[in-house]
Amino acid sequence: MAEKKDYKVVGTRPIRHDGVDKVTGRALYGADFQTVGLLHGKVLRSPHAHARIKSIDTSRAEAHPGVRAVVTAKDFPAVEDKIADLGEGAANVKDLQDNVLAGDKALYKGHQVAAVAAIDPHTAEEALELIDVEYEVLPPVIKVLDAMKEDAPLLHEDMHTDEMGEKSEKPSNIAAHFQHKQGDPEKGYAEADVVVEQEYTTETVHQGYIEPHNATALYNPDGQLTIWCSTQGAFAVRGQVSEILQIPVSKVKVVPMEIGGGFGGKINVYIKPIAAMLSMKTGKPVKVLMSRADVFEGTGPTPGSYVRVKMGATNDGRITAAEAYLAFEAGAYPGSPVGAAAFCVFSPYKVENGTVDGYDVVVNKPKTAAYRAPGATNAAFAAETVIDEICEKIGMDPLEFRILNSATEGDIRIDGPPAPRVGFIETVEAAKDHPHYSAPLEGENVGRGVASGYWPNFGMKSSVSINVTGDGTISLVEGSTDIGGTRASIAMQAAEVLGIPAESVTPTVADTDSVGYTDVTGGSRTAFATGYAAYEAAQDVKQQMIERAAKLWEVDPEEVQFADGVFSSVNGKEQEIDFKGLAERLDETGGPVVGRGTADPNQPGPSIGLHVVDVEVDPDTGKIDILRYTATQDAGKAVHPSYVEGQIQGGAVQGIGWALNEEYIYNEKGEMTNASFLDYRIPTCLDLPMIDAVIVEVPNPGHPFGVRGVGETPIIAPPAAIANAVYRATGVRLKELPMSPGRVLKAMGKI
Amino acid sequence: MPKKVHVQTTINGEAVEYLCEPRQSLLEVLRDVLHLTGAKEGCNNGNCGACSVILDGRLVNSCLVLGAELEGKSLETIEGLAEPEQLHPIQDAFLENAALQCGICTPGFIMAAKALLDQNPNPTEHEIRYWLAGNLCRCTGYDKIVRAVQDAAQTTS
Repeated sequence: MAEKKDYKVVGTRPIRHDGVDKVTGRALYGADFQTVGLLHGKVLRSPHAHARIKSIDTSRAEAHPGVRAVVTAKDFPAVEDKIADLGEGAANVKDLQDNVLAGDKALYKGHQVAAVAAIDPHTAEEALELIDVEYEVLPPVIKVLDAMKEDAPLLHEDMHTDEMGEKSEKPSNIAAHFQHKQGDPEKGYAEADVVVEQEYTTETVHQGYIEPHNATALYNPDGQLTIWCSTQGAFAVRGQVSEILQIPVSKVKVVPMEIGGGFGGKINVYIKPIAAMLSMKTGKPVKVLMSRADVFEGTGPTPGSYVRVKMGATNDGRITAAEAYLAFEAGAYPGSPVGAAAFCVFSPYKVENGTVDGYDVVVNKPKTAAYRAPGATNAAFAAETVIDEICEKIGMDPLEFRILNSATEGDIRIDGPPAPRVGFIETVEAAKDHPHYSAPLEGENVGRGVASGYWPNFGMKSSVSINVTGDGTISLVEGSTDIGGTRASIAMQAAEVLGIPAESVTPTVADTDSVGYTDVTGGSRTAFATGYAAYEAAQDVKQQMIERAAKLWEVDPEEVQFADGVFSSVNGKEQEIDFKGLAERLDETGGPVVGRGTADPNQPGPSIGLHVVDVEVDPDTGKIDILRYTATQDAGKAVHPSYVEGQIQGGAVQGIGWALNEEYIYNEKGEMTNASFLDYRIPTCLDLPMIDAVIVEVPNPGHPFGVRGVGETPIIAPPAAIANAVYRATGVRLKELPMSPGRVLKAMGKI
Repeated sequence: MPKKVHVQTTINGEAVEYLCEPRQSLLEVLRDVLHLTGAKEGCNNGNCGACSVILDGRLVNSCLVLGAELEGKSLETIEGLAEPEQLHPIQDAFLENAALQCGICTPGFIMAAKALLDQNPNPTEHEIRYWLAGNLCRCTGYDKIVRAVQDAAQTTS
């Protein structure tokens, strides 16, 4: 499977199937959903970062004209303190509930405390001010290293550290510590000619999707709950809501509307169970929409972190040992992406001697959620700048160093398993050969930097069904919500199998009652795994169509072959019919043809990229300008190259925002002080040049067309690449993200 | 509930009248009263541009205009751009260039691009980037959006 080859549909650039709806404003996103008798919900949030909730009095709000219901954590059904498998990582059900509506304690500013349903949004908002909550304010702890101190304020008085399988005696904010080890690091450092060790910090950043969270719920007297919402996974919403409200999954139907960005942040539920609870109390459909401030303060960002990396190398450029200490903020409940960070930190390289320590630490911030290659960017910022420092010390070109130290298939990784095949050397070579890398740098205060990024990608479960239409087209029903053009990339894989144009496929994203179980649009898995399920469904259709042709010609199915979209008999009668012709004659041969495919592929195939960036640093203001940017990436096989380029460009720009100015800014009370798009500034188009995306294709042996997921990898390299470029421009190494003007000037000794 | 205001206005070339509360923004009126949901709410305070519309020839964030202010004015929204059989050239250019991913910011970008090309049919790349800086896109990195506007400028000029 998956040799490098040319295809008829895969690798072309058709107009996406949902395109017209999306450029005309007709596509319906979650907030656009309307129905009769709708009530509107609003959520009261904790104004304190850490506080005991002594009492909540909702009576004045309930008496406000136009208010129909008020809910608090008291309205939750009792749940066991148990870990639920939600198909997308496990989670403690009590934590899930507690994060949706705070019980005994509010654990971050923005934590949901109560909610109101009223006849319109303004009335609901007025009622929030009439809910009386008595808080006992507690000291907050915001930074990971502070939270790890012995005398730090405790978020959860009953939480003990899982210390490599053993529970600590004393309660702690450290939820877990784990370690991976390979070889003999001390021996490795002894063999090194140069050893570099540095400390790095990163701040909390948000996915920054433009569409706020939304949910409309309707609970019927027969116990059936329906939720219309924007989500990365309708089945993930179903699973979480079912656990939180203790309703059987069969009684929860989730209808995924169009989704306005997610990047990992629209997997966890916040207001969906609240809309459901308000509908249960009122018997009416209830719509709840978040504001932008709600999104920043109340939904999962990606963690701030402290990372220490040490690496040794010989003068001829061979890595002899490496170690990483990763301490990640989980937010208010355990579960940071430190595990993924530990996996990724040295993944591109062959490291025979090394240790990686990971710490998962709770702090008074929103519970972190996934964000595009979660954990990997924090880790790569450290490892990829340490490598740059080593290259400088031994006088080696940083691309040559990467080629020399690239892990090859079968090398044992620090965490144990062998490295799979990925096109690391190929992406480095592509960067080396690109005119950008050899272009002269002109002017003062300019510098060029490089860095790589690695992400393992995920497989997980997907289902697809295909109905053959009498006019020779197919309708394809899938369960992966389409965040970035995956209707097209999934449809194209089915079209390739059936020898029909991409335009002959009508893809539909279905609700949880209308398609088989499908995991989230996340983990860079959708074009890969749901595409795989579409391939399987198309194979099923192909086989059934072969049987129909055989029936038509009164021959054995074994005597019918299918190639280039044409069925033909090999019995000497030389009959042939194309897919369309046969589709027109289904009624003569037994009626409808419905194909089905499921996938749970175990070889997602990692993706890797190498980024090159030129920067100019203003020595007076400390502002960094991106002058030129080139990103290479192994896509395995790019199904729709335009949308693969789009993933690379968009991911790179999110990484640039993370590098240059994005951060949650906290005051001493633990309050986020910049919860708006004005003050939490994501890149605008004026901040950027064109982003040159270079697709490298080393086929993934785990997919019939060689596809690798591409979505997450491109965010990983930018902060390190930019830091390395800034060093070339200024002679100063920045070890804190973001590299905002103030931090740059401080590092340059100017303030 | 506050007494509603009666408004007579023109939207996408057609006479429209509606009642709205004095506190309702134009964005709320478009979405909740008139069910024109092509303008999106991303921030509700003028930072993201997802609700961009053209009011008397001028690009505005509809979340920063009150619904009551529309009296006697003329409004263009994304819903009025395409002909029954033909997309607007900017819409075509966005599709041809794959200039959208999730699509939530797309109506706002298309309206902003239209306002630009209406007054400057041949903008430079810098002029496009300067003009579109009030519209946030988190998916694309803007590369393909800028190229789409460049393409549309070539087609329309």
